[in-house]
Amino acid sequence: MAHIQIFGSLRDLFAGEDSVELDVKNLRELLLKLPAAYPDCQEEIDEGVSVSIDGKIINDDWFTPIRPDSEVVVLPRIVGG
Amino acid sequence: MSSTHVSTTINGQAVEYVCPNDASLLEVLRDQLGMTGTKEGCGSGDCGACSVTVDGRLVCSCLVLGVEAQNRQVETIEGMADKNQLHKLQQVFLEKAALQCGICTPGILIAARSLLEKNPDPTEKEVRYWIAGNLCRCTGYDKIVRAILETAKQLREEAA
Amino acid sequence: MSEYQAKEFKVLGQRLQRPDGIDKVTGRAKYGADTEAAGMLHGKILRSPHAHARILSIDTSAAEALNGVKAVVTRADFPTAAKGYEDVQDNCMAGERALYDGHAVAAVAATSKRIAKQALKLIKVEYETLPHVTEVEAAITVGAPIVQAGQVSKRVPEGYSDNVVRYVSFGHGDIDAGIAQADATIERTYRTEASHQGYIEPHACLATLNEDGRGDLWVCTQGHFWIRDMSCAVLGLESANLRVTASEIGGGFGGKTTVFIEPVALALSKKSGHAVKLVMTREEVLRATGPTISTLMHVKLGMTNDGRITAAYAKLFYQSGAYKQGCADFGAMPAFAPYDLENVHTEGFDVVTNRPRTASYRAPGAPTACYAAESAIDELCQQLNLDPLAVRLKNAAKEGTKSSYGPTYEDHGLIQCLEAVKDTEHWNAPLGANQGRGLAAGFWFNFGGETSVSTFLNTDGSITVTEGNPDIGGSRASISMMVAEEFGINYDQVRTTVTDTGSMGQNEPTHGSRVTFAVGMAAIKCSRSIKAEIAQRLAKTWDVAVDQVSWQDGKAHCLDASKGIEPMSLPEIGAIANNTGGPIGAHHGSNMEGAGVAFGVHICDTEVDPETGYVTVQRYTAIQDAGKAIQPDYVEGQLQGGAVQGIGWALNEEYVYGEDGRLQNPGFLDYRIPVASDMPMIDTVIIEVPNPGHPFGVRGVGETPIVPPLAAVGNAVSRAVGVRYNHLPMSPPRVLAGIQAAK
Repeated sequence: MAHIQIFGSLRDLFAGEDSVELDVKNLRELLLKLPAAYPDCQEEIDEGVSVSIDGKIINDDWFTPIRPDSEVVVLPRIVGG
Repeated sequence: MSSTHVSTTINGQAVEYVCPNDASLLEVLRDQLGMTGTKEGCGSGDCGACSVTVDGRLVCSCLVLGVEAQNRQVETIEGMADKNQLHKLQQVFLEKAALQCGICTPGILIAARSLLEKNPDPTEKEVRYWIAGNLCRCTGYDKIVRAILETAKQLREEAA
Repeated sequence: MSEYQAKEFKVLGQRLQRPDGIDKVTGRAKYGADTEAAGMLHGKILRSPHAHARILSIDTSAAEALNGVKAVVTRADFPTAAKGYEDVQDNCMAGERALYDGHAVAAVAATSKRIAKQALKLIKVEYETLPHVTEVEAAITVGAPIVQAGQVSKRVPEGYSDNVVRYVSFGHGDIDAGIAQADATIERTYRTEASHQGYIEPHACLATLNEDGRGDLWVCTQGHFWIRDMSCAVLGLESANLRVTASEIGGGFGGKTTVFIEPVALALSKKSGHAVKLVMTREEVLRATGPTISTLMHVKLGMTNDGRITAAYAKLFYQSGAYKQGCADFGAMPAFAPYDLENVHTEGFDVVTNRPRTASYRAPGAPTACYAAESAIDELCQQLNLDPLAVRLKNAAKEGTKSSYGPTYEDHGLIQCLEAVKDTEHWNAPLGANQGRGLAAGFWFNFGGETSVSTFLNTDGSITVTEGNPDIGGSRASISMMVAEEFGINYDQVRTTVTDTGSMGQNEPTHGSRVTFAVGMAAIKCSRSIKAEIAQRLAKTWDVAVDQVSWQDGKAHCLDASKGIEPMSLPEIGAIANNTGGPIGAHHGSNMEGAGVAFGVHICDTEVDPETGYVTVQRYTAIQDAGKAIQPDYVEGQLQGGAVQGIGWALNEEYVYGEDGRLQNPGFLDYRIPVASDMPMIDTVIIEVPNPGHPFGVRGVGETPIVPPLAAVGNAVSRAVGVRYNHLPMSPPRVLAGIQAAK
């Protein structure tokens, strides 16, 4: 089970939880299973999120592995100038 | 708007054109003569991207009328190198990485050449004030000022 | 999964000249406005003089009747935008309402600029003016005129007007508990005014769009793939049918990552049947493109007597123009990112107003948040009589620190940057009368993003690299250097070219400090594929196993000494390419994850004239972790340029709106960016803590340099005067008012 950290205002979309446990092995599974478990977060995910996996911000790569001990943080999608 | 026939010299070459009386020299250079090395950043004399010299005087070509070039000597960036031999300023700007996007570069080179013709040994402050009318948004001016000072030094050494 | 491999570099780190340099110093380089087409028309855009107005009718008949006018377009000429692009389209051409002073309402194409200008005057627009709001404080207050109804996302707290459209928060720990542990606390409100990216080249394009939906666009942009996709989404075209070529670009800084005039020029071309050139004036650039956020920010901090930050809280209101954006997220995340904090909480509120739709500007959102956070930290240091550098070192985030926005940091160079401050002559130099020294640390995320690169071995052994990211600060040189390093050959044997959208796969724009990192990495991967292909072919040629072919010092070597085979160089390999299987090349397309964060620390000395409030920057040093500086001149250039942009934001630059909601200073005379005589030299120190996510350790460097300066200058001025300034820019009237109030 991966331990997914939910930060700040995003918690409203996850029934107020500050972390959730999900059985996922990569980013794609995370993005599918999160809204399945917490439908309120679907809109946010559709608008675009970045996910930090073990300290690296991942914008798109579905197949980035998530290990059981990975640190996973869901963030707003990172932009740049 | 009526137009005027103008005979002038640009980069040592006799040039004739007919331009609307309200056309700026910048407009003539860019749109009529295809000399797009001179850039337009503001059209109001505030940015210096369109710097050229007219009879040796540094001007913003957006503030000079095309008709005012009659019987004058206009120098633009296209005339700065001697055939394939870059001017010392151009060379040092490349060596010292004194440009990033390059849009202000032609104007700054023209302004710097004009400074060094008048003052071969400028102080940093004199360089900064001379090019204060040439905006650069990329470099923070550091490498530009250093390149102009370095060119001045090299030109003095060559002259000695 | 560390990509980084430590090794001695031969090419990287050299100060080599950029391949586009000669064209740029001779005036030959072609920028957005430097090209034309046969039979070309000139486009001009009519803009709203009102901050907020309903468009009741537009009568274009007189303009259309003018001799030389070939087309007039309004929003009626645009199809329904693709989902998600409605705001982009509305910003390019207003629909039912004009939302800000300068909003496009109609456009003409004519045989000359003069006729086009004349035609604009003949377009009759009937407006019903509506109440407007341009200032962030007024906009958030209940009862304010509402800019866009129905945009409020569900998490926005109650108590604000519907102009507050988005809310985010971040952090961990307990602020109240942290405050209780503090020996000293501070609560401050900060304000910053909007600035503009201020690129010297106005937006310009040359568009052709045929009746069959196929077209070509020449444009100055940071990302021609995005320009293509946005133009297609706004005009109902297919990407393959619109080929976009990026000109040389005269600066962008985030402001040229979206469309403004391009769909308009395409629409005019389609309607007129001619190529249309559209070039903005400086006034249009300032009224209708770019600007950054203005802000209202509250900060609360607690600190112990020995300088430990026990609590850090920030509440940030970011005014982002007439359309909903997510900019406050990028203030709330980086605000306290340089610090290792037990109790941290940030809140971001996005606020819409009747101002132009903001565009990204170098680390968008971070500089203002950093200003608020670093100002409060500095003021507490003064109150507790603590050394501001020691306090920052004491609290600095390290590898393994849980950041204020969530993730745990990998290795980075903040500590090294702070330690480097101590070693500068600048930090240890004495200060004179009316002078003050400011210090600030800043952070930016950086990212990679979608990237496509092709690389070819030519028959003479030289290497062609083709990529799709406009080069602003010397990236073609840096990419060529990385490829030369990978092959073990000379820089001048490699040429990198930026190609059009018809010739390359998708690329994110040149933004997010991504190009040297991401495009460089893709080019390295292509180089490695080519070396692998060469190994396969030479194994067959030499009749050895492929593992017996090794690449060393720019040549393929046969490890089986019994064969007696001389090493082969790239020219020799290129010459037999067609005998060994045909042309040799590789393509690499990737989402290029793995960017490393970038920290910077700036030192600023200012002198304040007590009679006038005029501030001069006496000395400035920018220190930053670059991971690996591929071409140090260009890294220094980013640090220097970003620092001076930040200084301008701190001291001069400001969007000034009148009561009528109209921009008062749309020109470089009144919107004053720093000029050469305003600035000292900008000293730089490059720290190199390799990014584990890049083969050569590269971190993006372009954005972080604008993060610390607002605070560094603010702290310097405040320390020089002995009065805290909490409103940027610190223009002479504001500084003088502070001096007089203190008397």
